[in-house]
Amino acid sequence: MLPELGLFALILALLLAALQAFFGIAGPALGRDRWLAALPMAVAGQAVMVATAVGCLVAAFVGNDFSVRYVAENSNTALPLFYRVTALWGAHEGSLLLWILLLALWTVAVAASATRLPPRFAARVLGVLGLISAGFLLFTLATSNPFLRLDPAAPDGRDLNPILQDPGLAVHPPILYTGYVGFAVAFAFACAAMIEGRMDQQWARWTRPWTTLAWAFLTCGIALGSFWAYYELGWGGYWFWDPVENASFMPWLAGTALIHSLAVTDKRGLFKSWTLLLAILAFSLSMLGTFLVRSGVLVSVHSFAADPSRGIFILGFLILTIGSALTLYAWRAPLLKSGAGFEFTAREAFLLFNNLLLVTAAATVFAGTLAPLIADTLGLGTLSVGPPYFNPTFMVSMLPLLALLPVGVHAAWKRGHLGEKARLLLYTLAAALVLACGFVFGLYRGGRVLTVIGLTLGIWIIASSLIEPLQRWRRGLSLSRAVLGMSVAHIGIGLLAIALTTVQSYTTERDVALAPGGSSAVGGYEFRLEQLQPVEGANFSGVQATVTVLRNGQAVAVMNPQKRRFWVQQQVTSETSIRMLRGANVLIALGDDLGQGRWSLRIQIRPLVSLIWLAALVMAIGAVLAAADRRYRTARAAAGAPLPAAAQEVA
Amino acid sequence: MNRFLLPLGVFALLAVVLAVGIRHSPDKGLIRSPLIGKPAPQFSLPDLQDPARTVQSAALQGRWYLLNVWGTWCAACRAEHEALLSIAHGRQIGIIGLNWRDTDADARQWLKQLGDPYEHVAVDRDGRTAIDWGVYGAPETFLVNPRGIVVYKHIGELTTQTFNAEILPRVRGGQGS
Amino acid sequence: MLAQATFKRAACFVTILMICWHTSLAVDPVELSDPALQARYVALTHELRCMQCQNESIADSPVDLAGDLRRQVRELLQAGKSDDEIRDWMSARYGDFILFRPRHSWRNAWLWGTPAALLVLGALVVVRIIRQRAALVAGDTAPVDES
Repeated sequence: MLPELGLFALILALLLAALQAFFGIAGPALGRDRWLAALPMAVAGQAVMVATAVGCLVAAFVGNDFSVRYVAENSNTALPLFYRVTALWGAHEGSLLLWILLLALWTVAVAASATRLPPRFAARVLGVLGLISAGFLLFTLATSNPFLRLDPAAPDGRDLNPILQDPGLAVHPPILYTGYVGFAVAFAFACAAMIEGRMDQQWARWTRPWTTLAWAFLTCGIALGSFWAYYELGWGGYWFWDPVENASFMPWLAGTALIHSLAVTDKRGLFKSWTLLLAILAFSLSMLGTFLVRSGVLVSVHSFAADPSRGIFILGFLILTIGSALTLYAWRAPLLKSGAGFEFTAREAFLLFNNLLLVTAAATVFAGTLAPLIADTLGLGTLSVGPPYFNPTFMVSMLPLLALLPVGVHAAWKRGHLGEKARLLLYTLAAALVLACGFVFGLYRGGRVLTVIGLTLGIWIIASSLIEPLQRWRRGLSLSRAVLGMSVAHIGIGLLAIALTTVQSYTTERDVALAPGGSSAVGGYEFRLEQLQPVEGANFSGVQATVTVLRNGQAVAVMNPQKRRFWVQQQVTSETSIRMLRGANVLIALGDDLGQGRWSLRIQIRPLVSLIWLAALVMAIGAVLAAADRRYRTARAAAGAPLPAAAQEVA
Repeated sequence: MNRFLLPLGVFALLAVVLAVGIRHSPDKGLIRSPLIGKPAPQFSLPDLQDPARTVQSAALQGRWYLLNVWGTWCAACRAEHEALLSIAHGRQIGIIGLNWRDTDADARQWLKQLGDPYEHVAVDRDGRTAIDWGVYGAPETFLVNPRGIVVYKHIGELTTQTFNAEILPRVRGGQGS
Repeated sequence: MLAQATFKRAACFVTILMICWHTSLAVDPVELSDPALQARYVALTHELRCMQCQNESIADSPVDLAGDLRRQVRELLQAGKSDDEIRDWMSARYGDFILFRPRHSWRNAWLWGTPAALLVLGALVVVRIIRQRAALVAGDTAPVDES
């Protein structure tokens, strides 16, 4: 019965979402303010219904109800309880349900804080969110019903894909999706402002904390995915420029641009139409990611099983939502005017370049990801685009971005006098260069020019981000959370630059063949294969190697990579063993039995690779700090007051 | 001209590209062979049934033939075997097998059990000939014309429908001569 | 009929993907005697696509075909072929699909040119905007919110 209840709840949720869309958009348009009173109930009801549906599916997983097809395909009685719950989002249907649940929760959060927004504006925001939710619910019910029954029921399930049986990947989708879906809020605010014709600075100020928060989640989600790929996929890579990764990276880049553009619109009332466009772009890219991953138009390691009918549905939905938003934009944006001015060295100018570089980066990733499709459409034949394309082209926009960051942060609004900070910036740059050279030529004894540039920029960004907080602290001035958050997030960027440069420049990797007792020297360590023995797990069996790591004849670590065979899906996975030694990650993966007692092993030493994920965490913390700034709360409180002349309705 | 219409225009183009992408998506796993219209790669490999003899591509010059890549480890090969037998039975075109990354004993056993549709089976133990032909999965079937030019390639299970619709008309029409 | 054929092909594609899910990585303990050749070998195998898995390089893919292709790369290297000759050799058999690094050809000019073109065009627009705004500074007396 529970699965039917879940399906029923989903249908009710669709009805409520449709009502929410109708009341929210038609109510203010027709001047029926009484309709607005129904919105909170529709929002809450929809969230309860979606949660009920999710609950029913979780119950089916926990109770091993293999009469439900989705459960039979993605779970198994031998699967541990934790993974039976996370198997919910192990495949297409369930992860779509998760998407919808998170959208419902974001909507509840917006509705809860909307009491401080002008009622009609709030209604329109909720209306747009309802429309998006209705579209995804309809998609689920029409093409991807997770509650389909099997008759007769399967005796046992086909199990969750073993590589998804991992704590990192279990929590990766919810966090990533929270980020994706969070951009829907900025999108809804933008659409509501355009429908209303009141695209003033207020709009930007309301949107900022939501966007920043969504960005923090997206950052964490992407970092977790990369971390998982590093230790679970088995070959020690942390970024593959795979279509699915790119699908999450494009909205991240657009979202980063949006955060900065929102700041200008909020503070100076400039770039209003551009900010609207970015808000549409960030969420459009999130939805496009969903399309790419689920429609089978691109080939990917992580993609869900291809199904063209789903692709057609999502494409139709994309055309409807993005198309309407862009039409609205083409109609409203020409009305926007601003008389504000700024000089060449003002912060506005730097942020304009920031946006140019970030959007170019997003467009580069976009071009590379869709190139096979575009070439196909134009009849240019098949082609592949991989890291040899993305790495250099991405750098073209990233290096200038990093170089402009320290100066831009310290440039003042409007006039852009750096003042005494110019001197400090030069000092920090010189210090960064010296440190980077010391690192490259002292510690690593050589490196490329790009290594020195990357490290210098990373250190310079960190040092210059510290100037403002330190100065305020020394003078006993208060430090707003917004400024603190910005500094922390930029320090994260600096750390990321350092980490990526070091990893790219100084990774050592070798595949070796060893018999027990044999050893091999890699990157200053000696690796001795001691023995191989069988291992047993709850739903797998395998082989475990014991490898002693020696440095200068002293044993410094014992590592145990495994090779596992999962019984149900008959799949072999490589469980790498990773140990941090002197700041570098030493990774050993067990390869194949080469015969005569010899086994192949991959040994990889990646210095500072952990710093990549730590840096992402620092960036996310900075974003959360900034989103918690006091002025956003007072901004909402003040919104009920009459609006200044500049913010009158344009229409 | 309203420059704010530009994003909508770009999006419209993108929608077209995506729509074409969906139309073609079932073919995503299939890659057009660059060999089509080019001379078939030469090979000289041991004969499965009589390893003392060789199967040579040069000897096949002057007539149409199908080159079918198979292995006993490949489930789809088993599925298409029936169709291969009926094609062989129709005597309209000869089939040369390329036994890819297999063991002779398994392959002989398979043909004994399921019937032998092949005129000859060339044995490609180390997969070099398969690479020359651009094979990336089994089964794959190539159609070669009397001048030794590859005119058609089918990836995946060959059915009698495909044979009648794609291969026979080419042979009868004498295309590529 | 057509729908069914389409479905079958889609199913076939899924099977191809499943092959790759089965295994996890290739560990290839072969080393060429010449360190320079070895470095080129590592670089080349990373930019050739495993045709069966479709999103892995032959360096990382554990399937047999990837192993055969790695052996082929080694042999071509030892035969003194240049990197470009080896890429052409592969492309002649498998098409440009096997190259993870799109060729620098006119046909791919749009792809390689996109980032630079966007940057140049964008920079022109940005500079124009800044010029316009710089002219407005004198007349703009609104206070700046420095909070």
